[in-house]
Amino acid sequence: MTHDVVWRDALLLSVLIFGSTGGEIAITYGMKATGEPAHLRPKALLKFLGRAVRNGWFWVGVPMMAASFYALLMLLSWEPISFVIPASALSYVIGTLGAKYILREDVTSARWAGVLLVCAGVVLVTLG
Amino acid sequence: MILAMVVCANTGDLLLKRGMTQIGAVQLSVSGIHHAFFLTVTSGTIWIGIFFLTGFMISYMTVLSWADYSYVMPAGAFGYAVLTLLAVVFLHESVSPRRWIGVALICIGVLLVGQTKPRTTQVSAVQVIA
Repeated sequence: MTHDVVWRDALLLSVLIFGSTGGEIAITYGMKATGEPAHLRPKALLKFLGRAVRNGWFWVGVPMMAASFYALLMLLSWEPISFVIPASALSYVIGTLGAKYILREDVTSARWAGVLLVCAGVVLVTLG
Repeated sequence: MILAMVVCANTGDLLLKRGMTQIGAVQLSVSGIHHAFFLTVTSGTIWIGIFFLTGFMISYMTVLSWADYSYVMPAGAFGYAVLTLLAVVFLHESVSPRRWIGVALICIGVLLVGQTKPRTTQVSAVQVIA
């Protein structure tokens, strides 16, 4: 792997990880403000989605997730999935840090242990 | 809803991987990215993948409207365990011990997170007013 390729992959992985976690955190913030759907029937879900897309945080999250998605597509066209997915498993840790410090969720030690086990598990499964 | 999330996300990801493999390596130049973008938006496989990812997005948004992000996010990884089990049961694939350990870690991790309180944040002011 040449120096340029390492930098290219590192840049795209950063966009992939921070774009997805940042986008999901913004959308979570927006969804909490939107509130739950009244029922899980199509009409109630459409009304709920209509309310969600009128929330500004949703539109902060979508471009970040779109950038992350495109970084994923580009990485998958260059590198094997057995490299891309284990490397992006770091987003479980970054996302949990974001949940704790930005969304102010109560991340207990049990939840941290679960997240770290999932993260390690994803790496092992994708490496095969 | 979490099951719908897992199924849609994994099906969508697999279809995207297949679609991008059909397109080939993307050249990192303006014309290369433009060409790749054109091929991406005209690929049927990519569009079916996007359809499943839209289903994932709707179920994800619904779950996030009441549960914590740090509670929902690890549950998404359960799909890796399901895919491995499906590969063994239906495709009779042999799975390495390393992969089985990974599946076990994901299951224990998801169970551990599942034991915690699903929502730890307060109901927002906007929701109270609404």
